[in-house]
Amino acid sequence: MKLKSLTSAVALLALGAGMAVADENAPLVINGEIEIVTRTKAPEHMENMSEIRSGWTFRSEETQKLQMDDFDNPGMIFVDQAREAWETAMGTEGKACADCHNEPESMAGVRAKMPKWNEAAGEVWTMEMFINSCVTNRMGAEKWGWNSSEMVNMTALISSVSRGMPMDVAIDGPAAETWEKGKEIYYTRYGQLELSCANCHEDNYDNLIRADHLSQGQINAFPAYRLKNAKLNSIHNRFKGCIRDTRAETFKEGSPEFIALELYVASRGNGLSVEGPSVRN
Amino acid sequence: MKRAILTVASLVLGAGIAGAEIAPADVKYDDAGAVAESLTGAAGDAAAGRAVIGSKKLGNCVSCHAISEMSDVPFHGEVGPLLDGVADRWNEAELRGIVANAKNTYDGTMMPSFYKTTGYIRPGDAFTGKAAQTDPLPPLLSAQQIEDVVAYLMTLKD
Ligand code: HEC
Ligand code: HEC
Repeated sequence: MKLKSLTSAVALLALGAGMAVADENAPLVINGEIEIVTRTKAPEHMENMSEIRSGWTFRSEETQKLQMDDFDNPGMIFVDQAREAWETAMGTEGKACADCHNEPESMAGVRAKMPKWNEAAGEVWTMEMFINSCVTNRMGAEKWGWNSSEMVNMTALISSVSRGMPMDVAIDGPAAETWEKGKEIYYTRYGQLELSCANCHEDNYDNLIRADHLSQGQINAFPAYRLKNAKLNSIHNRFKGCIRDTRAETFKEGSPEFIALELYVASRGNGLSVEGPSVRN
Repeated sequence: MKRAILTVASLVLGAGIAGAEIAPADVKYDDAGAVAESLTGAAGDAAAGRAVIGSKKLGNCVSCHAISEMSDVPFHGEVGPLLDGVADRWNEAELRGIVANAKNTYDGTMMPSFYKTTGYIRPGDAFTGKAAQTDPLPPLLSAQQIEDVVAYLMTLKD
């Protein structure tokens, strides 16, 4: 009893200090069965880092815990909503996703390869673009907004069935040009604060910037449920927020710049497990 | 009557300050990045500078630097060096240069340039994410605020 109250006093103290110091080597196992690789060797193409780490390893113990069980993960509520949408017929064709794709589980592995080269379109596509192509061309419905709840929820469902699989984005062949463009954006110092993605997420990960513990800015765990705005956040929405914070004019969700940046950033996480929907602060 | 006199007096005062102030484009940095002359022509106010350094809306210097003397302000960052004793390492002209445009002192540093108004890539309108309204931009800190910050930094001796 005495020990217990002491422990909670310590926990409270740590909370007061801004963040409970989490064990950055703690293993992430979801629902006691899905093993997540949160630290691994950096992929060959990465020049300045030897180890890559999931954003989960930088979060407080309280936030980390929320992702370890689907009943605690607020993002899973939206996955359930997307499961309903998956079964619901829509558009002039009166079809549901399920009519062509059976169970959502048939999408296992898809997220790990995204974004990827689309041969027919002759460009790199993100998951949102593949989804919208079905929504409009195959179902005859109005396209979903990049940040609409329909879209973000559906990307969460499709990510969730790949959890535990290693990110494995292709950067060669026809995707190479887009990847190079994304890399250039990653290292460009935008805005009046003249900060690049690399300044914060490569040079300073693990450091505090004001109250924020900087991670490597990986996207293997998206979409992310943020406790700060209490909703699921898309990858491009996160990019937008980070660029805005440099006092820059941002790019738009779905812009060629953000598609290229997504491919590049995704490739920096090759080897980490798909983790979305994750919980972040 | 009294009011009219006051207005004229503040106008004259305003003009006086503007006359002595060195605009961002006219600041003279020496080869090592130091700026010898006060940007306002006068000494700064250390107490006002302390407020600029701690405020999220102004310098927000503590987002990257920790300062032991400012422990009343929460959440100091770890991106830049601890500023304790900084006045023992740098003189006033060097500190003014670092605060006005640290890139002249440290090539490629992550520290933003607080008294620079042009040469940005996709400059925005503050933190709105929208395009900047003006070119040149207003500097991040005014000449007076820079001098105030320098005056405060000069008090940080071991
Ligand atoms: C001024 C510093 C700064 C810059 C510049 C910056 N970020 Fe971030 N970023 C943050 C902070 C702070 C967070 C929240 C804590 C964390 O996860 O690192 C964050 C979070 C992220 C996340 C979420 C990671 C997760 O696991 O939830 C991604 C992805 C990201 N950033 C990508 C980028 C990209 C891409 C760029 C460049 C376009 C960029 N950031 C530029 C500060 C920055
Ligand atoms: C985004 C991060 C960032 C911000 C914001 C920032 N700095 Fe810095 N500052 C740095 C870094 C990094 C260095 C070290 C120079 C280097 O090696 O690049 C530095 C160096 C310094 C130094 C020299 C320190 C020493 O010990 O030699 C001073 C003085 C300084 N900064 C003052 C300030 C003041 C005052 C402000 C706000 C008006 C400020 N900084 C805002 C990142 C920052």
